[in-house]
Amino acid sequence: MMHAVWLIPALPLTGFLILLATGRRMGDPKAGYVATAMMVGAFVVAVGVFFDLMGLHGEERRFQQDLFSWISVGGLDVHVGFLVDPLSVTMALFVTGVGALIHLYSVGYMHGDERYPTFFVYLNLFAFSMLMLVLSDSFLLTFLGWEGVGACSYFLISFWFERPSAATAGKKAFVTNRVGDFGFMLAMFLIFATFGSLNYVPVLEGAHELTHVTATAIALLLFVGAVGKSAQLPLYVWLPDAMEGPTPVSALIHAATMVTAGVFLMVRVNPILNLAPGALTLIATIGALTAFFAATIACAQNDIKKVLAYSTVSQLGYMFLAVGSGAYVAAIFHMVTHAFFKALLFLGAGSVIHGMHDEQDMKYMGALRKWMPITSGTFIVGWLAIAGVPPFSGFWSKDDILLAAFEKNKALWFIGLLTALMTAYYMSRQVFLVFYGGERWKKPEAAEAHGEDVAHDAHGAHGDFKPHESPPTMAFPLVVLAGLAAVGGILKSPLERWLEPVLAHPHEFASSSSTKLGLIVVTTVGALSGIGLAYSIWLRNRVRAETVEPEVLRHAWYVDALYQKIVEAPGRALANFSAFVVDAKVIDGTVNGVGALVRAGGTRLRTVQSGFVRNYALAVAVGAVAILAYAVARSA
Amino acid sequence: MSVPGAWYLGLAAMLFGIGAIGLLIRRNVLIMFMCVELMLNAVNLTFVTFARMLNDIGGQVVVFFVLVVAAAEVVVGLAIIVSIFRRRADATADDISLLKG
Amino acid sequence: MDWVVFVAAGIAVLAGALGVVLATHPVHSALMLVMTLFGVAVLFVAQQAHFLAAVQIIVYAGAIVVLFLFVIMLLGVDRSENVRAEPLPFQRPIAYVAGAGVVAAVFLLARTTWVSGAQSAAGPADGPGSNIEKLADSLFTRYLLAFEMTSVLLVIAVVGAVVLARHSPTGGVRDSEAS
Repeated sequence: MMHAVWLIPALPLTGFLILLATGRRMGDPKAGYVATAMMVGAFVVAVGVFFDLMGLHGEERRFQQDLFSWISVGGLDVHVGFLVDPLSVTMALFVTGVGALIHLYSVGYMHGDERYPTFFVYLNLFAFSMLMLVLSDSFLLTFLGWEGVGACSYFLISFWFERPSAATAGKKAFVTNRVGDFGFMLAMFLIFATFGSLNYVPVLEGAHELTHVTATAIALLLFVGAVGKSAQLPLYVWLPDAMEGPTPVSALIHAATMVTAGVFLMVRVNPILNLAPGALTLIATIGALTAFFAATIACAQNDIKKVLAYSTVSQLGYMFLAVGSGAYVAAIFHMVTHAFFKALLFLGAGSVIHGMHDEQDMKYMGALRKWMPITSGTFIVGWLAIAGVPPFSGFWSKDDILLAAFEKNKALWFIGLLTALMTAYYMSRQVFLVFYGGERWKKPEAAEAHGEDVAHDAHGAHGDFKPHESPPTMAFPLVVLAGLAAVGGILKSPLERWLEPVLAHPHEFASSSSTKLGLIVVTTVGALSGIGLAYSIWLRNRVRAETVEPEVLRHAWYVDALYQKIVEAPGRALANFSAFVVDAKVIDGTVNGVGALVRAGGTRLRTVQSGFVRNYALAVAVGAVAILAYAVARSA
Repeated sequence: MSVPGAWYLGLAAMLFGIGAIGLLIRRNVLIMFMCVELMLNAVNLTFVTFARMLNDIGGQVVVFFVLVVAAAEVVVGLAIIVSIFRRRADATADDISLLKG
Repeated sequence: MDWVVFVAAGIAVLAGALGVVLATHPVHSALMLVMTLFGVAVLFVAQQAHFLAAVQIIVYAGAIVVLFLFVIMLLGVDRSENVRAEPLPFQRPIAYVAGAGVVAAVFLLARTTWVSGAQSAAGPADGPGSNIEKLADSLFTRYLLAFEMTSVLLVIAVVGAVVLARHSPTGGVRDSEAS
């Protein structure tokens, strides 16, 4: 089955091509089922490849398939080929698995949208790109997938492009990603210059020969790419805005798959990272700071999806913290569990939005537990997982990360701990606001907040409107993901053994078991106190809400305004300067000036043609004198 | 004692110069034509001088032909002038400037 | 003796030339031209070119100048040209310079001696036999083709002159060229 690994990206690609050609004719819901079927097929092949790979042992667990030569220029020889090893198979499994579930969910969620088939065209294209990214055997092919997912992210975020905010968000995502991609490209140049090849196997096997400086440079440049793609400080600003896209997009791309590409890349090049301890410290620091920073913002958001967006940024920060602390397996483990519970939370949020007829402000929800039992049940499972309550999956993965951070640097551990506390707090706040408490959508302020839509309830919920549960195509993925989020913790030790061949040297936790136990207790106490805090504020109203939600947090520390001032304004000034001064005055001036000069010269020279014979005779005489002078000079 | 050839050449040169200046300065077409004749005569004189200096009859043969061609040229030139400036007494060379750029 | 002839003829030539250039009335110019031509003829004789001297007087002074006078009369003699004014800018100064330049160049060149190769390419100028015999000899043997071509040229010239100068009521040359 391993030889069929090319089918894994090929099936979504086929889906893309089929839907591109005939999607509109297929319509709603056939186009969606075709796309989902392709994803399920890819998942089945991935499972087959996985079992095949398990049949090999230890260091032999690696299989390369070369399809064809893509670029062969000078010293650069890049093939389209796949590298099947534990890391890529793990990624492929959850990309196809979670992806298939989300495709199924989208069949129900996007029902009724007039561009329904186009949505699945983009989704399948995205799946193809992501699978190329994880399965490829060279940096360049990964970069192809990297750019592909960036482009699909742009398409999907601005899917409802008639909304100006959606179109802008798509642009913002793409442009911010490009900043990171620049780092990736520079890293590839450096890798090629150092190793003469862009394939993973020769580069990673020869990594031990790198000098400290080169390794640090490559590591940092690749990290720049990861910062862009995985929304870390300072390039995270696109992710919250990306919530303009449909909720399945947020679940698939901005929770489970695309944003994890950065973490995947870091783990893939761990032999290089191990030679650059300074870079590792920087990665860990940025990860921790991002986690903390995003969590503070999430505490004050009212939009149900924005909370989850900042939560994603924060959890990605945890993954980079793990990478920077050398605990690569912990990072991958958290990536997998995060895929489960974050996708679940997003799909659940989508279900809520769907059932509340496109209402997204949590202040106008409440007590949905009795109207949407399946949604609330699965959402609560996801909440407990992300908050780090044992024995759900999030507890196991977060715990490993905090242990690794503790061993690296106590300050980073403390930041991580505070973040865990805040994570528990804001997720509990979200659950209590949405599923508990009073039915706030009946309040008159809800109707006012929706302005002209009071006449019909097509947009927004108010009055004697009743929320409804979602159809089975949407409920089924929720249930499956909830199950995975609940029991995912058992993957912990199998994953460690499984991923060993991919690591340059496996990470050993040096702490004693008593330290480990102590840390677990501290973390769990932190999580529970976060939940308790949210309970007392939002359910029992012991503390006024305004004190814990200052303006600065609600406006995300005004980072967007800051970027506008320091980046956009000078950029716009530069563009204006280039257009109206350099182009209009200098370049056009030069070109026009040459023309004017020629014309002026011509006008002056015209006077030589006076039309008078005597002038012409004079010219002849002068010429004759010149020739005679030459003759005289010759004879002298 | 014979006059050295160089003197004749100098005289011819001056005659040529006067003819050239006259051609460039005068506006009356007929006088311009006469200056051309002066220049031709200067050339004839030069050729004859060289015929003597180099003891070669070829110089005089050339003068013969120059004479004939000059005559033909005068004929045609005057015919042109007549056809252009027919019955206009104040015609000058400056009146024709159609080639003005 | 030769010097006297040379100086006298030279003065006649130059005075006539200056007269042609400086005279305001075209008829005066024509008469001055005759004086120049006579001077040149004398200088021809002084250089043993007797035949040419005769031809000079007969053809140049006798026919060509007469032709000039005919045309002067035809086009009207009353008007004289205003020699003072010069409508074209810079014409005079440059003309003087050019003329002087030519003369100076020739003077300078005259001081060098260039040997061109065979002497007497067409036959000796002095020696036994009259000048006209020697001239006829080379003309009708060596330069026969040129001689015949020249006669054709004369015929063409005559035909051209007749065509150009006739009154043509139907088409032909009109005096519309003058702007």
